[in-house]
Amino acid sequence: MAEYNRPTSEAEFQNNFKQKKPLMNPTEAFYESARCLFCYDAPCIKACPTHIDIPLFIKQIQTKNTEGAAQTIFNANWLGNTCGLVCPTGVLCEGACVFNHQNIMPIQIGRLQNFATHKVIDSGKEIFKVGKPNNKKMAIIGAGPAGIACACELRSLGYQVCIFEAKNKASGLAVHGIAPYKISNEEVLNEISYLQNQLGFEIRYNTPINSKEQLQDLEKNYDAIFLGLGLGKTGALEIEGENKKGVIGAVEFIEELRSKHHHLKVPNKVVVLGGGNTAMDAASEAAKMGAKKIVLAYRNSKEKMKAYKFEYDFAISAGVDSLFNLVPIGIVGKGKVEGVKFAKTELIEGKLQTKNNDVFVVQCDLVIKATGQAKQGAFYQLIDHLKCDNQSRLLINKETFQTSNPKYFAGGDAVNGGAEVVNAAYDGKMAALGMHQWLTK
Amino acid sequence: MVDLSINFAGIKAPNPFWLASAPPTNSGYQIMKAFEAGWGGAVWKTLGIPVVNVSSRYGSVNYRDTRMMGFNNIELITDRPLADNLREIEEVKKYFPNHAVIASLMVETRKEWIQIIKDVENAGVDGIELNFGCPHGMCERGMGSAVGQEPEVLKTIVEWAKDAAKVPVITKLTPNISHITDPGLAAYQGGTDAISLINTIKSIVGIDLDTYAPYPIVDGKGTNGGYCGPAVKPIAMNMLKDLAQHPEISKIPLSGIGGIETWRDVVEFILLGATSIQVCTAVMHYGFGIVREMDAGLRAFMDTKGYHTIYDFAGLALPNVTEWKHLDLKYKVIAAINPDKCIGCDLCYIACDDGAHQAIARSIDLKNRIPSIIEENCVGCNLCSLVCPVENCITMLRKDDGTAHVTWAERTNADDIPTSFNDNRAGGIGHFVPKPTDALKS
Repeated sequence: MAEYNRPTSEAEFQNNFKQKKPLMNPTEAFYESARCLFCYDAPCIKACPTHIDIPLFIKQIQTKNTEGAAQTIFNANWLGNTCGLVCPTGVLCEGACVFNHQNIMPIQIGRLQNFATHKVIDSGKEIFKVGKPNNKKMAIIGAGPAGIACACELRSLGYQVCIFEAKNKASGLAVHGIAPYKISNEEVLNEISYLQNQLGFEIRYNTPINSKEQLQDLEKNYDAIFLGLGLGKTGALEIEGENKKGVIGAVEFIEELRSKHHHLKVPNKVVVLGGGNTAMDAASEAAKMGAKKIVLAYRNSKEKMKAYKFEYDFAISAGVDSLFNLVPIGIVGKGKVEGVKFAKTELIEGKLQTKNNDVFVVQCDLVIKATGQAKQGAFYQLIDHLKCDNQSRLLINKETFQTSNPKYFAGGDAVNGGAEVVNAAYDGKMAALGMHQWLTK
Repeated sequence: MVDLSINFAGIKAPNPFWLASAPPTNSGYQIMKAFEAGWGGAVWKTLGIPVVNVSSRYGSVNYRDTRMMGFNNIELITDRPLADNLREIEEVKKYFPNHAVIASLMVETRKEWIQIIKDVENAGVDGIELNFGCPHGMCERGMGSAVGQEPEVLKTIVEWAKDAAKVPVITKLTPNISHITDPGLAAYQGGTDAISLINTIKSIVGIDLDTYAPYPIVDGKGTNGGYCGPAVKPIAMNMLKDLAQHPEISKIPLSGIGGIETWRDVVEFILLGATSIQVCTAVMHYGFGIVREMDAGLRAFMDTKGYHTIYDFAGLALPNVTEWKHLDLKYKVIAAINPDKCIGCDLCYIACDDGAHQAIARSIDLKNRIPSIIEENCVGCNLCSLVCPVENCITMLRKDDGTAHVTWAERTNADDIPTSFNDNRAGGIGHFVPKPTDALKS
């Protein structure tokens, strides 16, 4: 039973969605940074997908060279501020902190990182340099983390960059798909503005690229194109009643929540389908929006869930109930949702079997499907010679990030099928280097 | 049963914990509060012709998040009229007749010395301490460390004071000198009843990176201060040892001062021959209550070791502090890493590889980062065990069997020491050193 009151004002919303990693004050940062051992060939650096020189930036915070610390972070990761907040640090840098081996609390690397980058972003101080113009033009599709990182790197190499974004805001899932207790919209958008103000890449909003003609135009007018378009809408479950009012995809739910805050009405009884991190987020969010009974339902066992344990624990602590080994076989209700019909499942000889004779209904007013986003397979067919794997993930050269069509490079969710912001930020940067290498060889 | 009381050159006190002459002993209020808290004695803030002080008086050296690891001050002697101080001394003695109240004094002429000694004795002090140590401000006027640095002058003034005083005279020395035994011997020869040391060390604790002025900053300028606090303890202990091992100076009691904060510090100073200890910075940092920990720790130590009074163990470390030339060259220790405790920070590896003798190898196992000691390269320098952040993870194990023993002095006598630049008796011959180009990344 969740115990959050339904937020009726922005203040109440913010209270329910308190930041999990609040901004450190200078004294906190001072004492926390003093704890870092400055390990040799530090495990935290290796555990960071972007290989930030973490001991260095922590030492810089300690010696009050906060701007230098921010520079160290951004040198490795263009979305250093966002990543400091939204990264699953417990399984990345902080999980690798050697202190864990003596049951000492690991250094709060994410919060220290955010302390440094937030401060420099807040000051507006310019710390990046645009590269010497080389009169070459690059197009980027999607202003998500991968696209933004790619744009920044390309600008620092001297390329002109134009990003085509379907929505009216930058940042992709960093704003639309992340739980509000991890990061605020302003925090994400301020970082992107900070980068854009200094590096001067263009973003064309409300400009979806979805036709062969548009792509041909891009190919004609740009020297290379980066595909950073992520994934699509939540995929269909293809079960009876799925189109009833009150069935929504998790990504769409989170996006609505992030834009409407307390104005979003979440009913009392919610069922969340799925076992990934997005499912955990959606369930926690429903609880914090005042839903009283939230059931998280996953088709396989608890151990098989893809979600991080800390995300699951967080949902449980928010008052979410969980059910395992059941699969939705239909949505019931007259016109609108009144419940989800589940069948039990069982693992038989390594295969998950549905037991159609063991069926029951969980009553609810809202069903959130966190069962995965659709791939962009249809779009990819518009591009010649573009190869995907059997799950519609773009195939790339792992070093250059070049796709099978040499003019196109790709990274982020479109390639990995859905991972962290930090992975996208790394891909975008590396792809830019790959594009540069291809154009200068 | 532990008895902490002392008789220091005739000055009796319920315990050896004294407050050094400094800001915490500026007034009767502070000293009464200190005695209430458990201090056994106090050396009153130096009396003399009252001074005018500056605002902005203290500076500190912080190490990472540790405040005041080192501390300095540019405050002078008392700026309060003598009469006020005398009245308060009398009052303190009335309330605490069994505690030690010692007047630190600093004046210029013989006449002034005689007068002020008579005044403080009349107020009831148990002893006097001659301040020949202050290294800032007062020394510019020919007092404090200016005296302590001129053994002849120091001796003369000690003689004046001894002539005039009925109570015991302690001479406080400055460390701002090449050989502490020079002023130490002069004080002894002048007839001092005891010596206290060290006073503060001339210092600049930091420079402001915007104004380029040294701390503490007084309207854009600064001056050298006197350095004290935990950072100076090793210097103080070495000087204490020099006096305690001196055949003549060691005949008189020594009061140890310099960075004392915990019971461990207290025990170390006593083991090196101090029979009272004086504290300032720790009190300026934590207040008089810090004495609780010293008292409890000292009592527990003495209880465990079976000591009745501090005199039972005073100076016991002195026979073990010798000259380098008498150290056993055959003694051999080697580092050992406890893999169950190791957290894989690899600080020992890089310290050894960059800063010492390339005797630690990184793990080749991808599953852990536990380094290993290359025993044939290890010279037993201790560095790895010192940088290791885990308690008792790296230990130094004795490898020789203790049967062989030879010292540099013995080898010198046997004409068995390197004497030319390429002498094949050089200690490093045969020791592994990587090729210079191994340093270059491929």
